[in-house]
Amino acid sequence: MSEIQLWTLLSIVVTFGLYIGIAWRSRVRETQGFYVAGHGIPTIANGAAIGADWMSAASFISMAGLIAFMGYDATIYLMGWTGGYVLLALLIAPYLRKWGKFTVPEFVGDRYSELVRGIAAVAAIIVSFTYVVGQMNGGGIVFSRFLQIDIQYGVLIASVVIFIYAVLGGMKSITWTQVAQYTVLIIAYLIPAVAVAQVITGIPVPQVSFGQILGELSAISEQLGVGHYTDPFTTRPMIDIFLVTMALMIGTSGLPHVIIRFYTTKTVRGSRYSAFWALLFIALLYTTAPAVGAFTQLNLLNGVQGTATDALPSWVANWSEAELVEVNPNADVINSVSNSEDSGADLIVSSDILVLASPEIAGLPAPVVGLVAAGGMAAALSTAAGLLLVISSSVSHDFYFRRFRRNASDSERLLVGRIAMAGAIVVAAVVGVNPPAFVAQVVAFAFGMAAASFFPAIVLGIFWKRCNAVGAAAGMVAGLALTITYMIYTLEVFGTDANEHILGVSPEGIGTIGAVVNFAVTIVVSKMTAPPSEEISEMVENIRYPAAERRAPAGASDD
Amino acid sequence: MAETEEKSPGPPGGNGWRREYWRKNLRLMVTLLVIWFAVSFGCGILFVEQLNQITLGGFPLGFWFAQQGSIYVFVLLILVYCLRMDRLDKEFGVEERDEEPASGPAAASDTSAAEGDAKEGGES
Repeated sequence: MSEIQLWTLLSIVVTFGLYIGIAWRSRVRETQGFYVAGHGIPTIANGAAIGADWMSAASFISMAGLIAFMGYDATIYLMGWTGGYVLLALLIAPYLRKWGKFTVPEFVGDRYSELVRGIAAVAAIIVSFTYVVGQMNGGGIVFSRFLQIDIQYGVLIASVVIFIYAVLGGMKSITWTQVAQYTVLIIAYLIPAVAVAQVITGIPVPQVSFGQILGELSAISEQLGVGHYTDPFTTRPMIDIFLVTMALMIGTSGLPHVIIRFYTTKTVRGSRYSAFWALLFIALLYTTAPAVGAFTQLNLLNGVQGTATDALPSWVANWSEAELVEVNPNADVINSVSNSEDSGADLIVSSDILVLASPEIAGLPAPVVGLVAAGGMAAALSTAAGLLLVISSSVSHDFYFRRFRRNASDSERLLVGRIAMAGAIVVAAVVGVNPPAFVAQVVAFAFGMAAASFFPAIVLGIFWKRCNAVGAAAGMVAGLALTITYMIYTLEVFGTDANEHILGVSPEGIGTIGAVVNFAVTIVVSKMTAPPSEEISEMVENIRYPAAERRAPAGASDD
Repeated sequence: MAETEEKSPGPPGGNGWRREYWRKNLRLMVTLLVIWFAVSFGCGILFVEQLNQITLGGFPLGFWFAQQGSIYVFVLLILVYCLRMDRLDKEFGVEERDEEPASGPAAASDTSAAEGDAKEGGES
């Protein structure tokens, strides 16, 4: 066993022991604790948990790699996956917390009707499931590379670990585990980034110092056929950049596993501050990622440019074994680099390995490489656990309890939830071995679907009292149908043909249009049908004010 | 307008204070969302090519907004929202009392920050 493998194994075993220990200590036996952690998580901890829940294998493993190859155009991920928190904090979180129950479908169910709840629950399951597949695959990549095993076994190991702590503990243990996972993943991300920044530029703040290499990087990128690094719209037209960024933002604020995290705070005020802490914690990684992408890309390109294929650095051989790096057998010297299989470039590097390989590429010591692997696992596992919780709560709460057995006891509902979770893990593991697209793309689809379904129904439900059940149902179905149809039309999914993009709109960006259609259909249909009842108006009115009852206002004097 | 209604806070149900609170909330929300859109979609995407003509610390400015600046602005926007809403809640007497004081050091530091802001606001 090599030194790198040894350290990887050590880091993963130690951190996993930590997570499972925490999960065991905070395990729960009742539904309140299982789904919303008894509404008792302190604000900063909740923020860190949201950060870990949020930052998935895609953020940790794929994103910097995508940025490295897409340059400016990777902005869609950076702004898209952070800007949604502004929408979430301002438009959704405080109101749903005030109303405060277990699931997102539950809100739309109470606000509109049982039919809308059903649609929302199905959408929540589809979205979370699509997303969880990406996490399984991400976990599999980490294990397969560092333990030198096939990706199937990597995915298998990841599933077993997720199974143990998600199924045991529910929301309370997941929350505290996620706080630990955030800590592990952010340290794992920042240490190599700071070290590389220091080595290359002499300034240990990657956010600031990567500006210094952008000129050099743009020049060498162009030579190797990757494209001018800082120029916009080299891989996608402006309209698509706009739409994808918007879809990711709206999707973020409509994702059920993120929204339910705002139910775990003590107060409405706590949910607002949770959003702030969450984005602050997320921004720490998201402002570092472009620096990691730029530095690693520069190191990588400098290391291979003009090098004979039999004299390449050792990381090339290491990652070739995991089939994530490929040297063109016809090439003698590396003159072109790409992340696309079909480009015919001399060296093909998967975007998914850049972060994991960055310490190796930069020549950092083995313990750091091991730490990064543990960070990647933390990111994949924490998100998977959050998503499984949504699937479990949708199945057990929104279907089983609401539809079939209104008198189901607490322990019976917990059991159904745990079985649903276990089932989801098994299916996700099977699909995760061979996902329909690379990790970040799969996740982008989940976002499009969330954007086109939940977001309009939730926002209109809060801000427009006149919105009714028929409208919301029609809107969700229309938005989701358009989005899914277009994705299937433009992509190879389950054997369908991939067609040309219409007007430059990519399948990742279609969610924005789906959301607009959803809004329009909801408004028109609501207007054409009867307004909702008095009680519903009163319910909407009530979630707009944080306290249950008004007290003497502090600033009464100015009235 | 709603002056007479506001004199009688009475039971909840469409009183003037509610409309006023909601109006102020919406105004704050719209202002912040306009900034959100201008910085991210405006500086980061629509006008990125024009801004890229300017370079600061090695960064073409449009590129910087897209990959760094907009994210910093997002964090600030949410912080401003939290602080302003704290003040609004207090002004209208709908702020939440901590039933359990054990909300940890996080909540405590939040409160002091919010109060600091409220004082500054009161003077202006």
